[in-house]
Amino acid sequence: MTAVAELRGASRVYQMGSTEVRALDHVDLVFQQGEYAAIMGASGSGKSTMLNILGCLDRPTAGQYLLGGRDVSGLDDDELSRERNERLGFVFQAYNLIPHLTVLENIEVPMEYAEVAHAVARERATSLAVRMGLGDRLHHRPTELSGGQQQRVAIARSLANDPMVLLADEPTGNLDSKTGAEILGLLDELNDAGRTLIVVTHDPLVAARAHRTVTMHDGKIARVELRAGNAPAGGGPA
Amino acid sequence: MNSRRMIALAWKSLWLHRLRSLLTVLGIVFGVSSVVAMLAIGEGASQEAQAQIRRLGSRNILLASIKPPTDEDAGQQGSRVSRYGLLRKDLRGILASVPDIARAVPRRDMPVEARVGGRKVTTKLMGTEAAYAEVANLRMQAGRFLTAAEGHARKPVCVLGDGIARKLYRNVNPVGQELRAGSHYYRVIGLLASRGEGTGGTAGAGGESDMAIFVPIETMRERNSDVAVTRSSGSFTREHVELHRITVEAANGDEKTISRVAAALRSFIDLRHKKKGDVRITVPQELIRQARESKRIFTIVLAMIAAISLLVGGIGIMNIMLATVVERTREIGVRRAMGARRGHIVRQFLAETVLLAAFGGVIGLGLGMAIPAVVTYFGWMQTVVTPFSLVLAFGISALVGVVFGLYPAARAADLDPVEALRRE
Repeated sequence: MTAVAELRGASRVYQMGSTEVRALDHVDLVFQQGEYAAIMGASGSGKSTMLNILGCLDRPTAGQYLLGGRDVSGLDDDELSRERNERLGFVFQAYNLIPHLTVLENIEVPMEYAEVAHAVARERATSLAVRMGLGDRLHHRPTELSGGQQQRVAIARSLANDPMVLLADEPTGNLDSKTGAEILGLLDELNDAGRTLIVVTHDPLVAARAHRTVTMHDGKIARVELRAGNAPAGGGPA
Repeated sequence: MNSRRMIALAWKSLWLHRLRSLLTVLGIVFGVSSVVAMLAIGEGASQEAQAQIRRLGSRNILLASIKPPTDEDAGQQGSRVSRYGLLRKDLRGILASVPDIARAVPRRDMPVEARVGGRKVTTKLMGTEAAYAEVANLRMQAGRFLTAAEGHARKPVCVLGDGIARKLYRNVNPVGQELRAGSHYYRVIGLLASRGEGTGGTAGAGGESDMAIFVPIETMRERNSDVAVTRSSGSFTREHVELHRITVEAANGDEKTISRVAAALRSFIDLRHKKKGDVRITVPQELIRQARESKRIFTIVLAMIAAISLLVGGIGIMNIMLATVVERTREIGVRRAMGARRGHIVRQFLAETVLLAAFGGVIGLGLGMAIPAVVTYFGWMQTVVTPFSLVLAFGISALVGVVFGLYPAARAADLDPVEALRRE
């Protein structure tokens, strides 16, 4: 098994006036290829900071972050943008679709920044949307979709550039339990197909689907639980 | 992301807020249209003025008889004859004593009633010499101008201006026809080309030839006295004027020569006419210089007004774009998370601002070209829309888009992605 994302003694310190806030405190953590990991913890425990660093939206103030074996903690803004574009996919609690773009156009956004030819992008966006069960909603705008449908668009968008790691931040937080279960089923399918998933949540039902649950407390890893029977599937991402 | 896609995206988001976009660009619209319209009107006025002056002849100096302001009672007392203006001996004196002149051509005007068949037109009979056609830059449409021989022989011949010929003869070719002016008959030997007066009918010095009947000055003198009688509202006005105009042509068009001749003529007239103020001296070349100077000042003032209105328009755009950036913070955060680099965000917002400004510029150009067209259509003024003014106005509006778009775009790009995603 290969490590796709690895934190080595990673710290993130915020300067709040004269006081230092240690949001992440010397964390060592490895995510394996094809793994489904859940990160839990109370608010302020450092799980969001960890997600930001894993997502290359933020840099550790000390230590290293290796993405696909490459240390990205020293990269500049443009290089981090490229990492996010090519190797990471994001799913947010609030879906975060761009309101004035259609379903297809939203899915195309990451491909536009990857300079994918428009015809190619359109074809890929269509097939992703169809795969997410949105075949009859291609030209709708987000406001014309239900929450569950919007989250499906967001998942399709996160897969646009075939990322190495999919990061989800409370993906079912805004959904009712039935729709939430559907979305979780979709994530399961992606993971079964080999996609590495890291989900930040405080919902035990979400965490129950993961192979491994990492619980954060005060910027440190408080507990790591492996779930029997939820072994990572082998093989590369689909 | 390629630039075509970028522009399409910018257009889409502007179209989403159509009314806001339209209101935002109004400043640019009015700025650009005022630049184009004012430059067109200014250029038209300037060209009209210069054409009028050029018609006077840039090598010429014009001496004209004018009724002196001191001669007050002449109009009221019917019996008195007011005597003023250029004299025949002035002409001889000028030819004899003023250096550097090629020729000096006299002209005497008489109000007459011209008749052909049943048609009557009140106009001016102008007695002059053969050289007048050249110094006044008259062109023939048919026939020929007066000759010196006709003058010496005091022949009863005349040359018609285009305007008067149309009124008297309608569709008949007037050359060879007879015409009665006052109590005498003349044979038409030539027809002048129209001066093509601009709109507005400004009776410039060259324009008067359109409605004139030219006859040899010697013929005129033989047939008429120097006293002209005009009747207005029951009383008679008698004026004794020997010559109404002397057109002096300098030996060459050199500026120094002309000012030397002009100075000599001024002192000559001062001496002969004892500063009575009954002769006006006009130097077209000086007028051209003045016209250029006033055009320069006009253009500077115009440029400043335009700069201010475009500045205001630009600030309006910047203001809206800053608000847009705040409103779309979340979108910016999402795009950054999806891999947009700072440059992408800058280009996205810059494209919107430039498109907005260019759009305003295009509307402004349309409006700016429509205003002079309307002004000319209704005959208020001659206007000339120069390609330069269009390029200038549009270029400035696009520049305004870039300059005032950079700051909001930079603000958008500098947002921290984590912060931007968290913003509601």
